[in-house]
Amino acid sequence: MVDLVWLVPALPLAGFVVLLFFGKRIGEPLSGWLATLLMGGAFICSLVVLGDLMGQHERTFHQVLFTWVPAGSFNVDVGFYVDSLSMTLLLVVTGIGGLIHLYAVGYMRGDPRYHQFFVYFNLFAFSMLMLVLGDNLLLTFLGWEGVGTCSYLLISFWFERKANATAGKKAFITNRVGDWGYMVGMLITFFVFGSLSYSEILPKAPGLSAATASAIVLFLFVGVCGKSAQIPLYFWLPDAMAGPTPISALIHAATMVTAGVYLLVRVNPIIAASYGWVPWIVAGVGCATLLVAAILAMSQRDIKKVLAYSTVSQLGYMVMAVGVGGYTAAVFHLVTHACFKACLFLGAGSVVHGMNDEQDMRRFGGLRTQMPVTYWCMLVASLAIAGIAPLSGFWSKDDILSFVANAGADGQVAGWVLYAVGLFTALLTAIYMFRMMYLTFHGEPRWDDPIPEDIALDVAASEAELEDADLGGAHIHIHDGHAHGPIHPHQPGWLMLGPVAVLALLSVVAGFMNMPFKGTELLADFLDEGVVNLVANNAELTWQLWQTLAMLGLGTAVGAAGIFIAWRLFKAGKLDPVPGLGQLFSRDPYDAAIAWFMAHPGRVLFDALSWFDRTIVDGAVNGVGAVVASAGSGARRLQSGYVRTYALGVALGAAVILALVLTRVLALS
Amino acid sequence: MTASLLAQAVYVAGAGGGSGFPVLPSMVFVPVFGAIAILAVPATRPQMHRLIAIVSATMTGAIGLYVLKVFKAGDPGMQLVSEVTWVQSLDIKFSLGVDGISLFLVVLTGVIFPLAVVAAKPEHSEKGYYFWLTLLMAGCTGVFLALDLLLFFLFFEITLVPLYMLIGKWGHGRRVYAATKFFIFTMLGSMFMLVSIVSLAYLAKAGVDHTISFDLRRVVAAELGTGTGRWLFLGFVVAFAVKTPIFPFHTWLPDAHTEAPTAGSVDLAGILLKLGTYGFLRYGLYLFPEASIFFAPLFVALGAIGIVYGGIVAAMQKNLKRLVAYSSVSHMGFCIIGLLALNVEGIEGAILQMVNHGIITGGLFILLGFLYTRRHTYEMSSLRGIQRSAPVFAGIFTFVMLASVGLPGLSGFIGEFLSLVGTFLYNHTAAVIAATGAIFASLYLLWAYQRVFHGLPDEPNARFVDLNLSEKLVMAPLIGLIVLLGVYPKPVLERIEPSVKLTIAHVQEHAPPGWHPAGSQEGRDLSPVADSGHAHGSGPAPTAGEGGH
Repeated sequence: MVDLVWLVPALPLAGFVVLLFFGKRIGEPLSGWLATLLMGGAFICSLVVLGDLMGQHERTFHQVLFTWVPAGSFNVDVGFYVDSLSMTLLLVVTGIGGLIHLYAVGYMRGDPRYHQFFVYFNLFAFSMLMLVLGDNLLLTFLGWEGVGTCSYLLISFWFERKANATAGKKAFITNRVGDWGYMVGMLITFFVFGSLSYSEILPKAPGLSAATASAIVLFLFVGVCGKSAQIPLYFWLPDAMAGPTPISALIHAATMVTAGVYLLVRVNPIIAASYGWVPWIVAGVGCATLLVAAILAMSQRDIKKVLAYSTVSQLGYMVMAVGVGGYTAAVFHLVTHACFKACLFLGAGSVVHGMNDEQDMRRFGGLRTQMPVTYWCMLVASLAIAGIAPLSGFWSKDDILSFVANAGADGQVAGWVLYAVGLFTALLTAIYMFRMMYLTFHGEPRWDDPIPEDIALDVAASEAELEDADLGGAHIHIHDGHAHGPIHPHQPGWLMLGPVAVLALLSVVAGFMNMPFKGTELLADFLDEGVVNLVANNAELTWQLWQTLAMLGLGTAVGAAGIFIAWRLFKAGKLDPVPGLGQLFSRDPYDAAIAWFMAHPGRVLFDALSWFDRTIVDGAVNGVGAVVASAGSGARRLQSGYVRTYALGVALGAAVILALVLTRVLALS
Repeated sequence: MTASLLAQAVYVAGAGGGSGFPVLPSMVFVPVFGAIAILAVPATRPQMHRLIAIVSATMTGAIGLYVLKVFKAGDPGMQLVSEVTWVQSLDIKFSLGVDGISLFLVVLTGVIFPLAVVAAKPEHSEKGYYFWLTLLMAGCTGVFLALDLLLFFLFFEITLVPLYMLIGKWGHGRRVYAATKFFIFTMLGSMFMLVSIVSLAYLAKAGVDHTISFDLRRVVAAELGTGTGRWLFLGFVVAFAVKTPIFPFHTWLPDAHTEAPTAGSVDLAGILLKLGTYGFLRYGLYLFPEASIFFAPLFVALGAIGIVYGGIVAAMQKNLKRLVAYSSVSHMGFCIIGLLALNVEGIEGAILQMVNHGIITGGLFILLGFLYTRRHTYEMSSLRGIQRSAPVFAGIFTFVMLASVGLPGLSGFIGEFLSLVGTFLYNHTAAVIAATGAIFASLYLLWAYQRVFHGLPDEPNARFVDLNLSEKLVMAPLIGLIVLLGVYPKPVLERIEPSVKLTIAHVQEHAPPGWHPAGSQEGRDLSPVADSGHAHGSGPAPTAGEGGH
């Protein structure tokens, strides 16, 4: 049965093909249901494969479908590599992906490009599955680029709005910078191993020289920074929230952005073979990202942007975990994060949906009574991400922190620094999450309040763009953004509530699969057994029971403290904007700096080069032409007469030669 | 009447050659007779001209597919050779043959030309237009098939005139300037090549049984001094560098593309640029192994510069055709670095890239042609929001654009990546720089796409009519090939590989002692530390980023 694994990506691929050609005819809502059904099928297939794999002695399975690129010594197959790591991600992608598909069936209702959304959605699922299942770096790269493309297509799904189109482009190009690193990493890998296949390179990795291994890891890490939105390439993710909410949940929270973490865990033997400081760079980047993103999340007004920065921050935790050797903790947090963050995004989507596509939290408030189910689900997920016992985020964040502290206990001072930052950010996490919850669901309704002067610039710009272009008869369907008219917040239908409720439930229970006690670390054991060299490279935790319990207690205490602080600030009316800090960072200064750089020095450089091409390179050509012309019988003749004559000469000559050939040939025959 | 004439000519043309049906000569002569037939039909019947052009191009394409079918995959040598002695005293032969290197370029010619003829109609003077277009096809197939230096030169030159005429007479705007520039540029390059060809034939006389010869397979045995070889190599390569074009010989290309009619642009980008890289491989590398090795660093550097430079300059263009033209400079840079990496991976990648670039950029120019017939402009400033008024057109454009950007799974990626692999084995720095080409490709194409397709359309763009059935049918084969070559390039690669290996073996044989293709085990300085347990190596570990050679 395990050899049915090819069906898992094949089902969404089939959905993509069918919907691409017949989607319009299948129509709404059937096309959505078809896409969802296929994802459900893929999930069931994954379960079957898992069941079969667990029954086998060898916990890995390798299936080669066909040879993809055979050229000289370069040989790459299309094949699937199933082990406990890819299995775990498989379940996340198909399971949570399926739920989000279901949600989208309701969410996208009435959109004129309804079927097209599911075309891209299924293509995304296929690409993500290829990324996870690919048995070599190049096939993973295929998925890697595929998900990036779908992300581009889906962010700019409502392409009429400038903000969406620009955000899509920004996401793609920023990711391309990361992909450059990934490609160079692959080139080095092939250079030293003569192969890109995991089953060949990973077992040989311990034999690498440290310099080579470091080069591979660092270049791949550039790719990770792009895909998993780490400093210095994180700035595309918040803008990506312009897209429809289901894609924010699926692509920009639960699956695609975790691809970088997956890649790092996958190549763990190479990380182990690199210089000792290389993992610290990884951990340091993750740590800086988690802190910076949490600070930025504190002062956002757009509910989806809070969640976006929160995602960046949580990805920082995962990357930091990888850096200190906590591979299992990283995967654990990846799974729990997928549950509670998808729940939060879908919940936020319901709110946005019920508020006539309003996203600014300053116009929410008091929604608890209007949307009770959404409220309770989001509350559970918020408690989970804040790290309150015994919800899932509590266990996984604590797992990461205990690995970080472990590095500290090993005598690395940096470990304690990372631990302190991680713990402090846990506090910030609780604050910004409950700031969002209070602003949205508690207090007095502010649904019709006028938005103060400093409305987000890009939104204003895109509004202007829309009004500019408003033509007679052209009906504009815009989901997000500001639609005018009376607002009647309402609970969405069961189609949209169901998935949110299931995800909220998962946010509660997902943590129990890996508790830090003897015999309860199920996920870690599962991964240890089934991933190449993971046992050897995963850091060993040496905590006593009382130490573990103390850290768990500390984690919950910090989370609770954060919620308390948020509550006090809310009661004092100081939540928005958070004094000082909030004003400072409501626009991301780094993002602004990048934008300025691209628009000014970058642009000047590009302009200069194109001037050089026009004036110097081409100028030289025309100059030579002019000199020759004046030396000869004048420019006019060169410009037309002479060349015409010559061309005619060549043509005539060719005709004569051709005739000659023909006569020769005829004579011979 | 035409048909019987054709049949007779085809039969006769191959009579002196190998056994059975004279396949390869017919690929040259079908379009030649098509052109003659067009001349014979009076100018008052434009439909007839178009029909003849389509039929002869399609027939040639069909013969190309037949060649693909009968081609023996494992055979590295020339196949289907057909030979007629033409000038006995000088041993000039009308000899044609095909091997793995030329096979897919020939097939590509047979695919692109019919589509180019079908995709666009001239605005006036149909007779001349179809005549030159059909003649151009004969020249292109001839270049790829020729096994005789003088014959090659003849075909190489023949391609000039039709394109010059097509641009100069049926082009837009500053067409005369563009056509003249194109002609002078390529003509100057060709003159150097002619001198080299004649000198080579003369010098070869001394070595090989003391008779002069232009036969590629005999000339190659000529024993040249190192200096002579290098000079002759440069003579050839100037012509190819202009044609490809390699930075800094590229400025004729944007002008030629911008002013050319659609079919001209499609053929120029799809086929004619490959004459340069093909020539590089067949006549540069094959005839002058020593000089190729000697000059490789120069051309790899120029190729890598071209990739980045073309990408940046493309991003600043305001005219869609100029943008795609500069993107060609960038994409052809991958062919150059792959070829000059002088190893199997690089050269196979370069050949694949030639084919893929032909399909993808040819497709882009066809799409731009559709756009031009509707809006009569290529200026991005007057285009916007077309995705809303023409979703199918936008969808197909997105697809071809993504192929051009190098999305894995579509054809553009594999050629470029193999070229990079080959180049990395040869020189790390060049490959790392060249790999940034992927960033620039996404930059200029997505930027342009947003400006043209996103947003809301204004009045003239809102009336943009979506593609009709025949236009979709023109794009269908290209789309199919892009997917097929991206997902399953194996049948292509395994036909290319034997000939490439033979070429490299030939280069190795004539190379200075101690030379070997980059990538073999000894060449690696980032090699795994064998049988050592200490991973955090204390030994002398070489670092990444150093040159491979």
